[in-house]
Amino acid sequence: MRAASTILRKDLTLELRTLEVVPAMVLFSVATFVIFHFALNRAAIAGQLAAGILIGTLLFASMLAVNRLFVAEREQGGFDGFLLAPVDRTALLVAKALALLIFLVVLEVIAVPAFALLLLGPSIGPPLGGLVVLLLLADIALAVIGTLVSAIAIHTRARDLIAPIIGLPLLIPALIATARGAGPLLATHGSGFPQGKWLAILALYDLVFALLSYAVFDYLLED
Amino acid sequence: MEQGLPAIELRGLARHFGERTALQQVSVRLGAGATLAVLGRNGAGKSTLLRILATLLRPHAGEITMLGEPLPRRAFAVRSKIGLLGHEPLLYRDLTGRENLRYHADLHRVPHERVEELLDAVQMRDRAEDPVRTLSRGMVQRLAVCRAVLHRPEVLLLDEPRASLDPGAEELIEPLIGRPAQATRVLTSHDPKAALAEADLVLALKGGRPAFVTEPAHVTDAQLKELYA
Repeated sequence: MRAASTILRKDLTLELRTLEVVPAMVLFSVATFVIFHFALNRAAIAGQLAAGILIGTLLFASMLAVNRLFVAEREQGGFDGFLLAPVDRTALLVAKALALLIFLVVLEVIAVPAFALLLLGPSIGPPLGGLVVLLLLADIALAVIGTLVSAIAIHTRARDLIAPIIGLPLLIPALIATARGAGPLLATHGSGFPQGKWLAILALYDLVFALLSYAVFDYLLED
Repeated sequence: MEQGLPAIELRGLARHFGERTALQQVSVRLGAGATLAVLGRNGAGKSTLLRILATLLRPHAGEITMLGEPLPRRAFAVRSKIGLLGHEPLLYRDLTGRENLRYHADLHRVPHERVEELLDAVQMRDRAEDPVRTLSRGMVQRLAVCRAVLHRPEVLLLDEPRASLDPGAEELIEPLIGRPAQATRVLTSHDPKAALAEADLVLALKGGRPAFVTEPAHVTDAQLKELYA
């Protein structure tokens, strides 16, 4: 895991220096909330509608990061540099998934309060703990599947199209579980914690795709 | 490695890209510490051969043994012993030279002191904190040489290693990738005369097939003229 931490540190340094990914995700999310604010012509929303808009927006914003995840490796020889090193290739999967996870968490730290301010009727305070747990499990699914899809897409000419075309269908079950779990949390007088079944579905989804990614990632790096 | 075994041995190597044949029936044996010059026109298959030897590409036919290990099956065992200097510097443009070298040093488990030693050797310490995108092509090439030799590889794969370098810089990198490095070397060059001067064996490629494999002293001007015609 030493190699994974080396790659992760490099990716975070590159993002801090170039600010290519996270600001774009944040701007996309906030702009989408503003669009919904005016398009719905409602002062406030709650419940399943609020959950759907929040989770859908975060999902689409995450595609911006997925599209950029391996660009430096592809365009600046990072793949070759990594493949020449005597390290387990899974280190690249782990590092990229963790980088994507960190980008998503930073996005949500800004986007969720912005959502509460621009669209959400009920207070975000009471359900915040449950929402954090739910979003964290969803983020793991996004990070693992996003990394897998990005590694596939980067070898194609139309990588900006391939990532959402493959990634979004794969993420539908995670989207459903997250949105259905978040709906009651964001309702007026809603519950404080999501139902266990949605958390279980998300955790199982995370586990299955983490194992699948581990099994196939090596082959995605082959010429 | 056992005494007497070649450092690199290729038997009937072939590689295709779709319908196009990049390499066909390439066979050569290179002793430890020797230098193989690979000559040929642009697109003859020189870079493909180097990428296969670097374990970045899989051959489609034939056998490769490097440092006693069959490739690509035992690629993991030889990666730490190979240094590749290709057309691309394999450096991140938005990281500094020092950050790039430390990144590769960490991947190869090489102490950071080695990075400083190499920056001194190529006289890049003054510009080591500048992002790579702000450096000249020659400076980037000097850093790329440092990256390729960070882990003191036994085999050096050098694709036009002196491209973009002025004579002073060529002198600086000579101890790192030239004969003094005492590594087994496979090199390509746009200057066949210069390549012959530092080779122990010559492999000439034409359309991906070997035109001749011989000692440099046996290569005639007529052969070179035909090779590049």
